[in-house]
Amino acid sequence: MKKSFQEYWAKNLRLITILLIIWAVVSYGFGIILVKPLNAIWMGGFPLGFWFAQQGSIYVFVILIFVYCFLMNRLDRQYDVDEK
Amino acid sequence: MSILAWTYIMVIITFGLYLFIAWRSRVKETKGFYIAGASVPPLANGMATAADWMSAASFISMAGLISFMGYSGAVYLMGWTGGYVLLALLLAPYLRKFGKFTVPDFVGDRYYSSTARVVALICAIFVSLTYVAGQMRGVGIVFSRFLEVDVNTGVVIGMAIVFFYASLGGMKGITYTQVAQYCVLIVAFIICAAAISLKITGNPVPQLGFGSTIIEGESAGKYILQALDGIHKDLGFSEYTSAFGPGDMSMLSVICITLALMVGTAGLPHVIIRFYTVPSVKAARLSAGYALFFIALLYTTAPTLAAFARYSMIDSVNNTSYAEAPSWFKNWEQTGLVAWYDKDGDGIIRYRDGAPFQGPPQFSGEVGEYGQRLVTNSPTDNENELYIDRDIIVLASPEMANLSPWIIGLMAAGGLAAALSTASGLLIVISSSVSHDLYYRIINRQASEKQRMLVGRVMVGIGVLMAGYLGINPPGFVAQVVAFAFGLAASSFFPVIILGIFTKWVNREGAIAGMISGIGFTMFYILQTRFMGVDPWFFGITAEGIGTIGMLINFAVTMSVSKFTKAPPPEIQELVESVRTPRGAGTAIDH
Repeated sequence: MKKSFQEYWAKNLRLITILLIIWAVVSYGFGIILVKPLNAIWMGGFPLGFWFAQQGSIYVFVILIFVYCFLMNRLDRQYDVDEK
Repeated sequence: MSILAWTYIMVIITFGLYLFIAWRSRVKETKGFYIAGASVPPLANGMATAADWMSAASFISMAGLISFMGYSGAVYLMGWTGGYVLLALLLAPYLRKFGKFTVPDFVGDRYYSSTARVVALICAIFVSLTYVAGQMRGVGIVFSRFLEVDVNTGVVIGMAIVFFYASLGGMKGITYTQVAQYCVLIVAFIICAAAISLKITGNPVPQLGFGSTIIEGESAGKYILQALDGIHKDLGFSEYTSAFGPGDMSMLSVICITLALMVGTAGLPHVIIRFYTVPSVKAARLSAGYALFFIALLYTTAPTLAAFARYSMIDSVNNTSYAEAPSWFKNWEQTGLVAWYDKDGDGIIRYRDGAPFQGPPQFSGEVGEYGQRLVTNSPTDNENELYIDRDIIVLASPEMANLSPWIIGLMAAGGLAAALSTASGLLIVISSSVSHDLYYRIINRQASEKQRMLVGRVMVGIGVLMAGYLGINPPGFVAQVVAFAFGLAASSFFPVIILGIFTKWVNREGAIAGMISGIGFTMFYILQTRFMGVDPWFFGITAEGIGTIGMLINFAVTMSVSKFTKAPPPEIQELVESVRTPRGAGTAIDH
């Protein structure tokens, strides 16, 4: 029981870390730090860095939360700690 | 029917709806009053959170701000959405499992200390009060612009409405009114953006129109952003999509402001408390997702409206003679949000970079030779002749897109919905902090349900009066006040809550020292730079971004003080372990 709780928590922390890295890369990475080089690339009617800063990062944020919900609910069931 | 008549109809219908919902969801016990009985479905909680979250500033001022800032407007877009990822992953599920009534509840229990509870309570009231002042002002401004009543009368009407439904239905009442308010505000905003997108690009989906080509006029065939960049360059502004250009913010500022807004979002008590109102941990996670989805509908639309309105405004006004200026221009000139100073006396409106004259326009009451309202301000020596208030972008956009009058009425109802929903959410935090955390948990542990409800309702009343007072006598600009609230939330709650969940060794001494030093530094810095005229001395970071540094200080102080003082008792370590798994998240226990 103790071990499986620790395993559950470690997997949770790993999932959070991965999702937060993506969160930081799209917003701080593409939207701010790399915005100048990315703005040189036009995708359709958007300079790419500008698109990430004003549109893309927000779409990614929404997706990240739903992915987290789905994976965490599965993890809860696997380790038998879900709500019944 | 006239615009004014439609506006009255829309506002009266929506207000009636809110009052009806409030009456239907009135409550008698504290659990309903503080956390809506922990029975709100995730989808409804998502909408309520979105309405709670999106204030008058998001609805009216944000698109305008972006329109004038171009790329740098992204700090608000990312800052006010990215915080939900932090909430969903790091806070909401654990706080829901913990299952109490308020944010100071968590701080007080996790850090086994009444002192920590009181410090948290003071931070919560301080943050909420600064924020609510801006909202009440927002209500007054919407009333005055659309219904042609005095700003102060508007504030008083708003106070009465909010008091009625917040004291009657508590959290339950405001939750379901917020659901209705979300629907009103999003429909108004999207209809408007879709119409203007359709007019300029032929595509009714604003997010797609944003990347499409212009269908008519001089710039036909060019992408809208390409055209804007070009126009900006011609008129002497820095390009719309370019980052960190001359006069814009530095990369460090953009990072700091974005982070302060994100973390501040995740630390705002009226947002956190919404995750106590759902029935389970699973529902808390899901409702964070829904909340951000509903917020993103507005937040991905606002930058499109900003760009369309900017293009449309420059295109229809610049180098046009005053006689031929569009009708919205003259309508809004009457409200003082637009002014034209004909520097060269040629009767043609010229829009360039820089302020046209010193300060906000002071109208002399006379009209000039073309019929324009004359101002008494002394002109600047640049070529710009046009003064435009940023709020005009959203307020005038239905007219720029030639929409029918009922949509303009709907916009007014939407603006009011945005301001009222946020104000009511903040008032519940103020009320529950005092009646639950202070009165019940510290002063009178024997208080009956009835007494506690009475204190709760009286506190809503006191909160409304304080908010109204601050709304009528605003302490500086609304935007400054909001920056204050975010900085304070980022530097007080976020670190101690995160550390309270993700570590077992952080203790009472650390948390108290951390909250005091974080909020103390941030408050000091904001007062210095905003109100005492000191230059931003910390790497040039402005008041909006300083919450990031306050947060880092809080983290550092909390952790180092904890390292050198006694570890928390075993039962607290067990408590931390128990919030980490969802099973057993019943409804809130109230001991």
